[in-house]
Amino acid sequence: MSLHEVFGDCSAADRAALIGYLPAGYPTVQRSRELFAAMVRGTDEGPGCDIVEVGLPYSDPVMDGPTIQAASGEALRNGFRVRDLFDVVSSVAEAGGHAVVMTYWNPVHRYGVEAFARDLRAAGGLGVITPDLIPDEAEEWLAAAQEHDLDRIFLVAPSSTEQRLALTAKASSGFVYATSVMGVTGARDSVGAAASGLVERTRAHTDLPIGVGLGVRSAEQAAEVASFADGVIVGSAFVTRAEQQGPEGVAELAADLGRGVRAR
Amino acid sequence: MAPVRDVSGFEDARAHRPGKAVPEGHDPDERGHFGPYGGRFMPEALIAAQDELAAEYEKAQLDPEFVEELGRLLRDYAGRPSLLTEAKRFAEHAGGARILLKREDLNHTGSHKINNVLGQALLVKRMGKSRVIAETGAGQHGVATATACALLDLDCVIYMGEVDTKRQALNVARMRLLGAEVRPVNTGSATLKDAINEALRDWVTHVDDTHYLLGTAAGGHPFPVLVRNLHKVIGEEAREQTLALAGRLPDAVAACVGGGSNAIGIFHGFLDDPVRLVGFEAEGHGVDSGEHCATLTQGSPGTLHGARSYLLQDEDGQITEAYSISAGLDYPGVGPEHSWLKDSGRAEYQAVTDDEAMQAFRLLSRTEGIIPAIESAHALAGALRLGRELGPDGLIVVNLSGRGDKDMDTAANYFGLVPEADTAQEESR
Repeated sequence: MSLHEVFGDCSAADRAALIGYLPAGYPTVQRSRELFAAMVRGTDEGPGCDIVEVGLPYSDPVMDGPTIQAASGEALRNGFRVRDLFDVVSSVAEAGGHAVVMTYWNPVHRYGVEAFARDLRAAGGLGVITPDLIPDEAEEWLAAAQEHDLDRIFLVAPSSTEQRLALTAKASSGFVYATSVMGVTGARDSVGAAASGLVERTRAHTDLPIGVGLGVRSAEQAAEVASFADGVIVGSAFVTRAEQQGPEGVAELAADLGRGVRAR
Repeated sequence: MAPVRDVSGFEDARAHRPGKAVPEGHDPDERGHFGPYGGRFMPEALIAAQDELAAEYEKAQLDPEFVEELGRLLRDYAGRPSLLTEAKRFAEHAGGARILLKREDLNHTGSHKINNVLGQALLVKRMGKSRVIAETGAGQHGVATATACALLDLDCVIYMGEVDTKRQALNVARMRLLGAEVRPVNTGSATLKDAINEALRDWVTHVDDTHYLLGTAAGGHPFPVLVRNLHKVIGEEAREQTLALAGRLPDAVAACVGGGSNAIGIFHGFLDDPVRLVGFEAEGHGVDSGEHCATLTQGSPGTLHGARSYLLQDEDGQITEAYSISAGLDYPGVGPEHSWLKDSGRAEYQAVTDDEAMQAFRLLSRTEGIIPAIESAHALAGALRLGRELGPDGLIVVNLSGRGDKDMDTAANYFGLVPEADTAQEESR
């Protein structure tokens, strides 16, 4: 099932998609497979995430706040290697989930852009979110992604000009990732008034679904974001829950947030 | 958030570029690429600010008022032009070649860093921003930034790796005295690269009223070309002064390379001349030890902190920790233009170990009465090498990028100059 179809099903059910993030290999490769399975599964009370973002732990994650930095660091200290990413992605597909990868660009550059696209597709990955790669520098990635049928999910920000929104939306496929606030990843009390304005501005340039990330941690916030966006992206809150309660806690949070995105 | 300022003047400004000392051939393309290097590998959230900076810089270059004000500050405040001093006794150890020192150590704040911060701080005022953030390793760029902010009444926050705040405690005190807030960074390796990460996180959060005053010729476009142009004055002066002093161009120009700003500044005075340009990186304990920061000689291309350039990374593309006895050189990346100069063969890069650098540090102190920064001592060690290669007819210009006051603790420990320190350590055991 493609991202296009996943968003289509959610839209038909008149709800937003729930997109959950965790770093691969956190705290270990095996444990992260279990955490992702729980994220996809949800609980008897409700289904889990429609899409999962498998993060590639990186030494210098400039777009991440302390929660994800710490988790990525732990994964690396516990021996995570880039090749493990594909195992984790495969496990998501085996668990019935839909996986995209979120990664800083240097590990992909190092692996070989074309080889990365090929291996991700073979593992069942659907696309890549690139927080520090803008379309202007993405020629090689766009070609490789097209060749291997992967979605290219670029980010837009409240500071993006109309011209940049148009350019970024045009280069994207699957969905557009709108950052709700100016800042880095991390759970926040409020998602920011900038988010709905940004989604509205982005819609003027594209028919693609728009997912909103940065700061969402509760079902209430998820419902709020779901009222104007097509996807609700949650990261740090899942990391915190994984650390505190393991797979069961992650499944509960996914089900809880799932109720949020259905309550718009 | 407030709307991003209108930068529509950018197009007009580009239509008639200002006269430049360096031919267009050395400039990057419109998007900041030096061959395959440079560009912008950074979050979309920062692109508007980078565009704004590029546009403001284009306009400022055409504005006589800006050019005059910067010139005045460099002359009356920073003390430019800096001297060119012949080092005759030092040169006796370099196969008899003549060695000329470009004295950036004599600038206000004690290093070349002031050239860049004064230029950028003026741009901050033009952009109507009120807050400046910066990263620092050794503390020289932090001190220079805090100085410019004090002079121009700007709020200043300096990010500094926790390891470096301990190595360079005096510079931390200087920055605080100048009114800056120093924020120790304890993530990652707690050194310069992590200070840059933290500064970028701050910037993306506060980009409306904040300028990131990057301290080296790296980062996303326009930083590499902006910082280079602000340091070009070093090379332009050095070329003129060398001709006046020696009656000819040098055979070689030597500079240390961490991020590469002092080196790119002096190299640019000689790019079109038949002069060898040699950058000296820090080899730390030696390449085989794995503890070094010889980015250009040992690294490979990748993307870090906004640009594609050579960097130190493992086979997975994780950035590896850099080491040098010099807190100002231990950066695992390097400016993209250096990567291009290396690949194109216009400049060459060599590595100098801690021990070689420290020997040159002591030699210059003893033969010339000049205590260099340990960073600059890498270039001095390189000059000794070049001198032996060139022989008695050789003429070498060395960029003495900073003075050594800040490094006295390190030097005292290295050479055992303060026996009391040993005693104190014994007592604390």
